Amino acid sequence: MKLRLIKEFIIEKLIFLSGIASILFVLSIFYFLLREGTAFFREVNLRTFISGKYWYPISEPPQFGILPLILGSLLVTLGAIIISVPISIASAFYISEVAPVKIKDILKAGIEMLAAIPSVVLGFIGMVTLVPWLKRTFGLPTGLTAFSGSIMLGLMSMPTIISISEDAINAVPKSYKEGALALGATRWQAMYRVILPAALPGIIAASMLGVGRVIGETMAVMMITGNAAVIPGTFLQPVRTLTATIAAEMGEAVQGGLHYYSLFAIGIILFVITFVINVTVDIFLHRNKK
Amino acid sequence: MRILKVMLGVYLAVSVLSGSVFAQELKGSIQIKGSDTMVNLGQALAEEFNKKHPQVNVAVTGGGSGTGIAALIAGTTDIAECSRTMKEKEIKKAKENGIEPYEIKVALDGLAVVVHPSNPVSKLTVDELAGIFTGKITNWRQLGGNNLTIVILSREVNSGTHVYFKEHVLRKSNEKGTEEFTPMALLMPSSQAIAEEISQNPNAIGYYGMGYISPKQKVISVARDKNSPYILPSLENVKNNSYPISRPLLMYTQSQPQGLVKAFIDFCLSAEGQEIVKKADFVPVQ
Repeated sequence: MKLRLIKEFIIEKLIFLSGIASILFVLSIFYFLLREGTAFFREVNLRTFISGKYWYPISEPPQFGILPLILGSLLVTLGAIIISVPISIASAFYISEVAPVKIKDILKAGIEMLAAIPSVVLGFIGMVTLVPWLKRTFGLPTGLTAFSGSIMLGLMSMPTIISISEDAINAVPKSYKEGALALGATRWQAMYRVILPAALPGIIAASMLGVGRVIGETMAVMMITGNAAVIPGTFLQPVRTLTATIAAEMGEAVQGGLHYYSLFAIGIILFVITFVINVTVDIFLHRNKK
Repeated sequence: MRILKVMLGVYLAVSVLSGSVFAQELKGSIQIKGSDTMVNLGQALAEEFNKKHPQVNVAVTGGGSGTGIAALIAGTTDIAECSRTMKEKEIKKAKENGIEPYEIKVALDGLAVVVHPSNPVSKLTVDELAGIFTGKITNWRQLGGNNLTIVILSREVNSGTHVYFKEHVLRKSNEKGTEEFTPMALLMPSSQAIAEEISQNPNAIGYYGMGYISPKQKVISVARDKNSPYILPSLENVKNNSYPISRPLLMYTQSQPQGLVKAFIDFCLSAEGQEIVKKADFVPVQ
């Protein structure tokens, strides 16, 4: 009897630990980022860091301005979302509402395959196919642009958005659809007027997860966006993202130097951006549920 | 069975003997200090050397050519790695300290400037290059080429190649210069990525270590100034120092190399050592 109680106790605690593990990880990562990043903010103030227009981290004197990097990240993400969200939602609707079972299975397998392709491979394929194509089609000086990044990242975020949206659509009670059809709505009307609004919170959450995937993606953007730290004017210009900057420069930054800490500071900014996105989604979702 | 035993005996004897001979010859430590450009090369050479002579400990640190030379003069390092030659003043100071700096050329560093094969521009002066990479010249037409916007490809800010190109082309070796790459320059993650983009983009210009030259890119002849000849970056032109964007990579020892230091230097200059030089994207001297 006692043994059983002890066992129960241990298992309970283990499950509790696993439950809070992710929070512990997030907190310790944030602590580490803050510790390394604050060393930087003692030397350079936050405002010049965020609003500075030039990124010359190893010149004398160095210039740490990440405005072009922030705008680069946001531009690539915006483009990716514009491309991937409508296609993904339509695809999710097709899979769960329209497609016959056989096609549905094939499509699902295909989407899983897309999710399984490593981003460096997508980046490489983009570099040799998409980049020259964009250059020719739009008559650009170079195909290494924010737009190429957006297309590749859009592709990469589609599996996430499709599968979660599909779950959300499937979770809408059957009676809603049946009721709409019984009242004389066409299938399109039922989808558009009844199922979409009912599944909307889930679809928005799916899209936001897609945003998270895109903004944190590194390898592919580093390979195909050109990495020029200029403030972008259009989608058809090279940009440099926050993530690519960290990845490209961390390897050779002198450990303990100002440049090294500045990369952690970029990490903090990235963390804050994703945190704000997540909180916004949460607020939005809860408001919608009421 | 018997034969096997004999063979085993011979094998053991030989291995013990040879082992003890090496251990007697090479044991101790070597200090190497200096150029950041060469620190990876030095490290790679030291690692390979260490595999052959596990009893020798080679410590490589960077800090810059100046730091290495200062340490050599002070007698605190056995070898100073330098990407420039020692100045008169430094040699004099060393001699006052009873040190006779001995120069060994271990590798050469030459950067090729490349464009798309269809680009009619085939020669440029260092001034024109500086103009392009700082963003003052923005169209190939200004250089006698087609009416195309110039797309500048560069390496990441802390690659040795980026720094070298900035100091010797953009700033023309003027240590107080403040010229920077234009922010419009695309920073590519590797020399391979530069080669890739150059081979498919008629607008582009870039630079990389000579090891990357291939027929898919056109190499530009470079002149020091308007009145000098335009030179292609070939092994020979880098070796005889006529190509403007090149420099020797040197090691200085405290005197004519002896013992351990000599063994290490000989290894650097051996076929095996020069292969490592090649792998580190430098030009072998042998």
